[in-house]
Amino acid sequence: MVLKESASQTAGPYVHIGCVPSFAGLEDMYGGVDPGSVMVTGEPAGRRIAFTGAVFDGEGAPLCDALIEVWQADGQGNHGPSNGFTGWGRQPSDGGTGAFRFDTIKPGAVDGQAPHLSLWIVARGINLGLHTRAYFDDEAEANAADSVLRLAGERAGTMIARTTPEGFHMDIYLQGDNETVFLDV
Amino acid sequence: MTLPEIAPRDRDWHPPALAPAYRSSVLRAPRHAPLRFDHTASELTGPVFGQDGIGPDDADLLINYARPGETAQGARIVVHGRLLDEGGRPVPGKLIEIWQANAGGRYRHKKDGYLAPLDPNFGGCGRCVTGPDGAYAFRTVAPGPYPWPNGGNDWRPAHIHFSVFGDGFAQRLITQMYFEGDPHIPLCPIVQSIPRADAVDRLVARLDMEATVPMDIRAYRFDIVLRGRDATIFENRMEGT
Repeated sequence: MVLKESASQTAGPYVHIGCVPSFAGLEDMYGGVDPGSVMVTGEPAGRRIAFTGAVFDGEGAPLCDALIEVWQADGQGNHGPSNGFTGWGRQPSDGGTGAFRFDTIKPGAVDGQAPHLSLWIVARGINLGLHTRAYFDDEAEANAADSVLRLAGERAGTMIARTTPEGFHMDIYLQGDNETVFLDV
Repeated sequence: MTLPEIAPRDRDWHPPALAPAYRSSVLRAPRHAPLRFDHTASELTGPVFGQDGIGPDDADLLINYARPGETAQGARIVVHGRLLDEGGRPVPGKLIEIWQANAGGRYRHKKDGYLAPLDPNFGGCGRCVTGPDGAYAFRTVAPGPYPWPNGGNDWRPAHIHFSVFGDGFAQRLITQMYFEGDPHIPLCPIVQSIPRADAVDRLVARLDMEATVPMDIRAYRFDIVLRGRDATIFENRMEGT
């Protein structure tokens, strides 16, 4: 390697201007559609789900200025855009409650891993984007065999989303007793 | 499946999660070390963005929010450079997004209440896709410094935020670009969260007189480096090599 990676810096509180401009108040920028806001563009195979959650700080307060990205396989376990599905989503946390929501499909298993979403979280106060995963609580058998969950040991449960009427929900704790497992990706 | 490997991240080069002088990091820093594991297709692949959907003026912040015939107020600049990997190879076809304050240091964001006024002809965001040689360029105005509530009398250096995609989700990066000679750089707790001076220096764009257009616009040069990609094939990797 002849060069070093550019050092990370926080996304800051106004990340929305560049990444989800409509949410920042720039309604007409980029045709009025924020990049990553729509993951399902057609009729992809697979189960439609809402993936919801919120991100909390070390005192239990929700982050109302976070940006969350999802990268995931399609319903057959293949990455990359296919058949009405982008595989990539980006959403801000709600400016009042901190809640986020992705309307997506449940991914298939990839390379022998349990089905999962890859998550990337940036915000004011986060100096280097945080990677984690969301697994699913209705995949107990696959989860038990998943190598990343095994490495996480007794903290693995922090990466397992729970079933809701619409899909799955996973809260993310940056710090404290229930701290989510973050990955050295 | 055959995917290029992505080199491990040198976490001593990046700012630590907890940098107490940057107060917002105190409650937002994980206490556990991040969990190491071997990359899978989930990390080695990532979203692909082509020119589809990118508007002709998306990279020109002088006019992409301006009324017809008008332009943003402030010192006109080109910000250009190349997207490279740690092997020094160009990274073509990748999305770069930027955002910044206006010439007076005011962001067009519903939560920014700074006294400096908004510019009706400046939105503050832009995007482009890198060319075959990894090159990118934006036209914009030089952003102003602005005060921020970190305690005391803290002012951000003039800066432009960059969001960059690579081939794999593992390469996803957000950083900030600063301007050569800005005396706020050594005073800023966000800049100084980076442990090494040479890592900070790499985030400082240089005045580029060669690319300046006489009687029109000055230029700054800023190269961005993503984590290295090896040519080896991860599924066939020899153990211990």
